[in-house]
Amino acid sequence: MANANWYQNLFRSILNPDAENQSADRYRALRRNIVILMMLVTILPLTLMAIINHYQYRSSLKAEIVNPMRALSSKTKHSFELFLEEKLSNVRFITSVYSVKELADEKNLARIFRILKKEFGGFVDLGLIACNGIQTSYAGPYDLLAKDYSEQSWYHEAKVKGIHISDVFMGYRKFPHIAIAVQLVDEACDHWVLRATIDTHLFDNLIASMQLDAESDAFLINDKGDFQTNSKFYGKVLETCPFSPPPGNYGTSVAEEKDPQGREIISVYSHFNTLGYTLVMIKPQSVILKSWFTLKSEMFFIFTISTVAIFLVIFKLTGILIRNTREADERRELAFRELEHSQKLSSIGRLAAGVAHEINNPLAIINEKAGLMKDLVERAGPFDHKEKFLGLTGSIQSSVERCKTITHRLLGFARRMEVQFEVLNVNDVLKEVLGFLEKEYLYRSIDIRLQLADNLPHISSDVGQLQQVFLNIVSNALAAVEDNGTVSITTWDRNAETVGISVQDNGCGMSEETQKHIFEPFFTTKKGYGTGLGLAITYGIVKKLGGELKVESQAGRGTTFYVFLLKETLSKTSE
Amino acid sequence: MMKKLNVLLVDDEVEFVQTLAERLQLRGFDIHTASDGEGAMNQMEKSLPDLVVLDVMMPGLGGLGVLKQIKSHYAKIPVILLTGRGSTADGIEGMRLGAFDYLMKPIDIDELIKKIRDAAPG
Repeated sequence: MANANWYQNLFRSILNPDAENQSADRYRALRRNIVILMMLVTILPLTLMAIINHYQYRSSLKAEIVNPMRALSSKTKHSFELFLEEKLSNVRFITSVYSVKELADEKNLARIFRILKKEFGGFVDLGLIACNGIQTSYAGPYDLLAKDYSEQSWYHEAKVKGIHISDVFMGYRKFPHIAIAVQLVDEACDHWVLRATIDTHLFDNLIASMQLDAESDAFLINDKGDFQTNSKFYGKVLETCPFSPPPGNYGTSVAEEKDPQGREIISVYSHFNTLGYTLVMIKPQSVILKSWFTLKSEMFFIFTISTVAIFLVIFKLTGILIRNTREADERRELAFRELEHSQKLSSIGRLAAGVAHEINNPLAIINEKAGLMKDLVERAGPFDHKEKFLGLTGSIQSSVERCKTITHRLLGFARRMEVQFEVLNVNDVLKEVLGFLEKEYLYRSIDIRLQLADNLPHISSDVGQLQQVFLNIVSNALAAVEDNGTVSITTWDRNAETVGISVQDNGCGMSEETQKHIFEPFFTTKKGYGTGLGLAITYGIVKKLGGELKVESQAGRGTTFYVFLLKETLSKTSE
Repeated sequence: MMKKLNVLLVDDEVEFVQTLAERLQLRGFDIHTASDGEGAMNQMEKSLPDLVVLDVMMPGLGGLGVLKQIKSHYAKIPVILLTGRGSTADGIEGMRLGAFDYLMKPIDIDELIKKIRDAAPG
């Protein structure tokens, strides 16, 4: 439940970042959330796939190892069966070809045994056992004539079943061998037995032909779980085998288990079809895991590389994304501020125009009344305080004159200007304006540095308005610098649509707070004598001409004003 | 001795128009006044002035309306406009309609007299 809430919050904060705090932390949080989400959707499937592959490769690798083991095991089992079948056939052949009488003849039997050994090999001895269980005839290296087998179980089984193949045993001879017994019949008795013993080192040859690697082992066990051949690791012939074949005595089965030494092994059990033997083949897991580890380390390498790549890409992309978002936000905010600013200016302008107009009429009356007063005083004969009266009316009129300047400038700021467009060179306009101000800057030894572009394209604009703009900006620059200061005026071809003019001074500069307000009417730093209208009017004119007015300033370092003017007239001025 | 110039002042601000009239009389002009377009037309019927000084901002017809009337009846009488709006627009529009020149309020008496002398016939 808590988990669900957590990712709901995550999604909400990604989709609606405003819901979180509005500070700069917002972008950090947004970035973090995007990174986490992208990590989840990329790394998680990758990890899942790697894990699935891990197990799939492992099982298919195991199958690749186990299947040849099965094939080899059953092939070898088959060889064993063929071998035993052949030996059995040899003995049966003798019983079919020779009569009991012939076999009972020692000389005859010796000859047969010689041929048998020579032609087929592996036979140790050959003996004929009479119906009473006494060996009546024997060919072989031991003195076993007249030995009594009547109590031995294999003898009885041979009598009952007709044939018998024994487990491996030491018997009288003290080395491992197996016995094959076949029943014979004659007129006197129907259970003579011809018995041959076979050296089991031939079994070892069969196992050696499997060509197992040093770690692996193969051996035969009987159904009692005794070794029938020597095992490399687990014991000698006739010792008890530590492994027990799985139940079900047919075909081949595979098991994963631990051997007595504690090694992880894979064992393949192949049951013989007719005899109670099982061929066991053992391979340690480590052989399989060796190739598995190689593959695993390669997979891990690829996984790590791709994870790192994903990390890097996500971080980089998210960084770019966040930066763009942030820039877009800032641009939007700036546009809002500018809009707000221009709306503020225009409403202040309308208010100012209204006030100025209303004040103008009473001002005109004051002007005329004072004028009349002055006229009358001038025309009257001498009287007390005549000069004083003249002075008073004069100062009323000069105050009215000051008010008139203000109201007219206010109206000028607000009114819709009729712009007279003509093709002009901005450099010429600037030089003309500097002409007006020459007296001031020469007197104060201010260094005017002109860097006017020679090939500046002519633009379509209003000379009078531009004069006012430049006059205002340059006057401000002159006012800002100390005597002997520097004012640089530069013009350049800015881009396809606009030319740029900058006026840079090394004067007192402005604070951030001042910069915010400089284009507002009545905002002035010239305490006492500024109207605070100069830059507001300038701003209005530049906007009206379709241009831009910008300011850069650092308190104590100086100020730069930029004017960007359109080369071509706007098809229609706003408003 | 030059003949006294007969000037008609038209403005809805009575204080303004009477004070200005008095000042111009002191300077040797023959002044009549009117406070709206109708009064102006009546006055002109009674005695034709040499020149009309007309405020643009007036109730009723407005200064420019009165100007049109004057120009349609007495095309030869020069008219000087006074504007309180600080805008050249009214002045230029007035001159297009046949006004001789325009001045912005508050006016300087010497400037007005100069313009009157320029405009006066003869």
